[in-house]
Amino acid sequence: MADPNEFEKFGGTEGYIASPALVDAVNAAIALERPLLLKGEPGTGKTLLAEHVAEGIGLPIERWHIKSTTKAQDGLYVYDTVQRLNDARFGDGDVTDIRAYIRLGPVGRCFSAEDRHVLLIDEVDKADLEFPNDLLRELDEMRFSVVETGDEVVARQRPVVIITSNNEKELPDAFLRRCVFHFIDFPERELMQRIVAVHHPHLDAQLLDQVLIKFYWLREQDELRKKPSTSELIDWIAVLLRSGMSADDIEHHIPFLGALLKNERDTEALDQFAERGGTYPREWGQLGPRYNN
Amino acid sequence: MFLDFFYALRGEGISVGLQEWLVLMDALGRGLHGSSLGRFYNLSRACLVKSETDFDAFDRAFLRVFQGVEGSLDELEDEILQWLEDPKAFEGLSDEQRAQLEHLASDELLQRFLETLAEQTERHDGGGRWVGTGGHSPYGHGGEHPTGIRVGGPGRNRSAMKVAEQRRYKDYRSDQTLDLRQTKVALRRLRNLTRSGPLSELDLDETVDETCRNAGEIELVFRPERRNDVRLLLLMDVGGTMDPYYEPVSRLLSALHEERGLREFRPYYFHNCPYDLLGTSARLLRREALPTAELFRRFDARWKVLIVGDAAMHPAELLQPHGNIDPREMTETRGLDWLRRIQDHFERTVWVNPDDPDVWDRSQTCQVIQRLFPMFHLSPDGLALAVQALVGARTPH
Repeated sequence: MADPNEFEKFGGTEGYIASPALVDAVNAAIALERPLLLKGEPGTGKTLLAEHVAEGIGLPIERWHIKSTTKAQDGLYVYDTVQRLNDARFGDGDVTDIRAYIRLGPVGRCFSAEDRHVLLIDEVDKADLEFPNDLLRELDEMRFSVVETGDEVVARQRPVVIITSNNEKELPDAFLRRCVFHFIDFPERELMQRIVAVHHPHLDAQLLDQVLIKFYWLREQDELRKKPSTSELIDWIAVLLRSGMSADDIEHHIPFLGALLKNERDTEALDQFAERGGTYPREWGQLGPRYNN
Repeated sequence: MFLDFFYALRGEGISVGLQEWLVLMDALGRGLHGSSLGRFYNLSRACLVKSETDFDAFDRAFLRVFQGVEGSLDELEDEILQWLEDPKAFEGLSDEQRAQLEHLASDELLQRFLETLAEQTERHDGGGRWVGTGGHSPYGHGGEHPTGIRVGGPGRNRSAMKVAEQRRYKDYRSDQTLDLRQTKVALRRLRNLTRSGPLSELDLDETVDETCRNAGEIELVFRPERRNDVRLLLLMDVGGTMDPYYEPVSRLLSALHEERGLREFRPYYFHNCPYDLLGTSARLLRREALPTAELFRRFDARWKVLIVGDAAMHPAELLQPHGNIDPREMTETRGLDWLRRIQDHFERTVWVNPDDPDVWDRSQTCQVIQRLFPMFHLSPDGLALAVQALVGARTPH
């Protein structure tokens, strides 16, 4: 049985306060040599976490940002045909060596590097439906072959793989089975106060309290299609401050709603709430049990 | 107690497989839980649950199994250790065998289980092949196989045949359920790739040819990327008899909305049968309605039409003038005639029916509609066939 201390590598960094569950999930992924799949609402710091894991365990990071057009192959290597043709034409370089025109992608670079890397595959759900399946073998066996040369690229050091997903698409079961999974919760009241303090350090405590009550109340409303997230909260507070609003001003209504709700139907739904005579909460006690334990 | 946890999770509907379970065993073997129930909770959740939607179910199972354990954590540890080191459980399996067996995929396992059942004629205990107890065949109970299927309840020495008769594997069947991903995979085939648009992709073959023709002077040739040319028109029956199918139908709808491969996609809605007006939303509001005749002006014959509905209604609704059951609407044209016009105008139209195919012929209207359109069941297989009928090689109907 291996020494458990060997895996106690990540414990959060100064810039990132990780919950115990997150630390355990990260360490399990490192120890079990399985990819860590991170999900969570947009704006909960998934990508940031990968950076801080790398920092926390002292490894360099290789980032692979996925777009809708990204193919699994791009992460392994790209064969630069145009360059080779060009060199052939102008006599630059040795065109007989195909290897000179094979450009490794992020996965390929991680495999061939001398030292261990953290490999971030960011927003995996942006890509095609089959994308995760196309990477299964490579991530399982930590090797792939270059078709043009017949070379095999084998990982010298198994990278720590961190995959983030915004839940835009369902991921295939076979892929999920291989991952250690963690869901980053939406920040609770206390954590949110700390986050807001970073962006608006001199915010009046009373105003902050009212702002957060309205914000969390909005998030509790099931009719909303797009719940406001942290970044929208920060923007909203900025607008309130610029316009000189005080805690009293927002006690009974929610000004500058456009900063929080980006969907017309959501705004309509909220208007209807007010028209029906609904009142906004003014105290934490009026919110659900989640914020009052 | 520890194995209870596994079954409690399954009982809550979390699809924990033995593969995930073995990962957890591996993690526990490495001491990652650090002798703390809280960390054991974190670790087991990270290893076993793959979606936040299952977290609640996980919590319920965890509470039920480990309630009251906090005071006696050592007990839990003992049990885990016991489970890991139980000499009976791992008896006679070398590491190599274990590794080999671990690689059996579950489908293969199930297949072999069924084959073995067919071969087996008598009860069996011990050994490595038959279904029974105490052996290391992957099938049975009380034995040890890394990815094995456990057959039957906690009682030992029960005939595997009897237990298998209870059809515990019903849930494995894939022709019954249609989840979002399956729906999307079926719809992926809904494409007809053509090259059009900007020249953005290097055509290597042409480039080599042109360069040769140019006596070695590089001549780069570009071509448009391949794009999907399929435009899809969805006509969907909502309300009434379609209500029980809300789940599968809404999954189909959201899969279609998210299918970015389609060149264009337009959904319209009707109740029971399309008449003079189509709804532009499922609420079928009159002020938002589109005259059905407008369909034929707006969409040319190349649009593929997918109609979703149970095709079951009162015969008069389909075959008589003024058949619309909505009293506000005077619809002189028969529903059947509207369907005929759709069929005439568009090159490819299919009907997808969420009702069980066994009951299709019980409805007179469904029989009539089946003569008009090829009809498929709303299941993974049916949807694949429907897509094939929309974009595949033309077959006479």
